[in-house]
Amino acid sequence: METPMIVLRGIQKRFDSVHVLKGVDYSVSRGSVSCLIGPSGSGKSTLLRCINGLQPADEGEVWVDGELIGLRIDGDHVIPLPEKEIADQRRQIGMVFQRFNLFPHMTALENVMSGPLRVNRADKERTRDLAMGLLDRVGLAERADHYPNELSGGQQQRVAIARALAMKPKVMLFDEPTSALDPELVGEVLSVMRDLAAEGMTMIVVTHEMGFARDVADHVCFMDEGVIVEEGHPDTVLTDPRTARAREFLKRG
Amino acid sequence: MNVTEGPGLRPRRNPKRSPWRYVVIAVMLFLALALADVVLTNPNFGWPVVGQYLFSAVILDGLLLTLELTAVVMVVGSVLGVILAVMRTSTNTFVARGAWAYIWFFRGTPLLIQVIFWFNIAALFPRISLGVPFGPTLAGIDANALVTPWTAAVLALSLNEGAYMAEIVRGGLLGVDRGQYEAAQALGMRPSKVFGIILPQAVRTIIPPTANQLVTTFKNTALVSVIGLADLLHSAQVVYALNYQTIPLLIVAAFWYLLLTSLLSYFQSLLERRYSKGYVPRSRPRAATGTSDAVALKEA
Ligand SMILES: Nc1ncnc2c1ncn2[C@@H]1O[C@H](COP(=O)(O)OP(=O)(O)OP(=O)(O)O)[C@@H](O)[C@H]1O
Ligand SMILES: [Mg+2]
Repeated sequence: METPMIVLRGIQKRFDSVHVLKGVDYSVSRGSVSCLIGPSGSGKSTLLRCINGLQPADEGEVWVDGELIGLRIDGDHVIPLPEKEIADQRRQIGMVFQRFNLFPHMTALENVMSGPLRVNRADKERTRDLAMGLLDRVGLAERADHYPNELSGGQQQRVAIARALAMKPKVMLFDEPTSALDPELVGEVLSVMRDLAAEGMTMIVVTHEMGFARDVADHVCFMDEGVIVEEGHPDTVLTDPRTARAREFLKRG
Repeated sequence: MNVTEGPGLRPRRNPKRSPWRYVVIAVMLFLALALADVVLTNPNFGWPVVGQYLFSAVILDGLLLTLELTAVVMVVGSVLGVILAVMRTSTNTFVARGAWAYIWFFRGTPLLIQVIFWFNIAALFPRISLGVPFGPTLAGIDANALVTPWTAAVLALSLNEGAYMAEIVRGGLLGVDRGQYEAAQALGMRPSKVFGIILPQAVRTIIPPTANQLVTTFKNTALVSVIGLADLLHSAQVVYALNYQTIPLLIVAAFWYLLLTSLLSYFQSLLERRYSKGYVPRSRPRAATGTSDAVALKEA
């Protein structure tokens, strides 16, 4: 069998005295979409940030496309990599944030170009073409010269997705990409994500949009209090969960 | 009465102004006139002398030196400030504490003492030498030859400036949203590139206090007159030491200080406007939301 694109083994994370992740094992196969659901504070964001090393795990291993992230194997130990090398590894892991986090002093186009230009020292003309192509793909070619504060939330989030895609990542992580949006702007962002899934991008999506999870996800994980309580096909997990905790969460949601 | 009825649109009129307004204006006018009377009729102000020296070579040379000193100090101090600010946010506690101690010391002692101290450094180290600590000396130079009034002034003002700029820059860096650091990191930027994303955003908040700092530094350079460097104030002092026209020459110096600080404030406002790019909507916002979303709607 093909190795999964993302493998997490025994991930643990503490903030001071709070044990946020208590041993998470998780894998996402190539080209599939996995939705992460669960109550607030259950550790979903923290788990995503462990995957790209924004908040390195205290224990456990993250593997992306067969590469150990943030660590170097030395005999029977692992040693944390220096920040520079973790930064290099992050190039293949795109991330989209709840609050967009576009660079406010750059236009939409400059935002999308920022990764390739600054990280890969790519050719400027070619990067401009690439970025315009991506903006077109998220339906914002006409907004290329606008600054983020001149765009709606939905438009900003689509630019943020294009910016992440410009690095040609192998996987995309979404942390509640539509939670900060007005209800009428949610659809345009989800539609871009649907297209991305259809093109075979490997994605982990933290979301409260159960409709999206049901339609698009190949796999759904329910997290609570730092562990994955239940996982499986969306039809099972979302409509007929085995555990009482998942049942209660879905009833409330 | 229905809102659509009535005698048509009524013209607008400004609200009545308070009569006290005129009393205040009258009092201010009286005070201004009294001041003008004193200033113009008292011969001790020596306006002819002011006119005579305002553009004299000795004063203009002093002004030039003051400007040069300010420029050098501002550049060196800003570079030092950025370095210290980055050091303070370092995860290496030894580095962070070192920067903290530097700022603590230079902000906590009077600048005048620092100026005099550096000028008299030869009393502490008669010879300044390059070598291994406790080991052999590689090269040495007489401190009195090295520390001229100019180097003492640059040293004292720059080291002090660095401490103040460090706090300003640090404030700017801390003011940038965490999400900006994370977005840059998530793209795979190394720490130096992340800094390249953060600094321009910090500059916006750094500019106003830096401009104030520039004005302060410009005026603080007058302190170097105590070590005999021929700056604007010292040049004026040299003249009045000979002709005893103290007040007129202080007016000459004050005139130039005031003119330059006013110019600096003007440039500050220009700069602030430039760096507000992407924060203040442009004068002609090209329909950002609403109907222009046709593209997105078609897809969704
Ligand atoms: N940097 C941090 N320092 C201290 N505690 C943190 C930090 N980040 C997260 N936590 C804590 O870890 C726990 C899990 O947070 P996390 O953001 O991962 O939850 P979440 O499942 O994403 O919740 P939400 O749905 O509200 O986004 C919370 O109790 C939170 O307070
Ligand atoms: Mg979260």
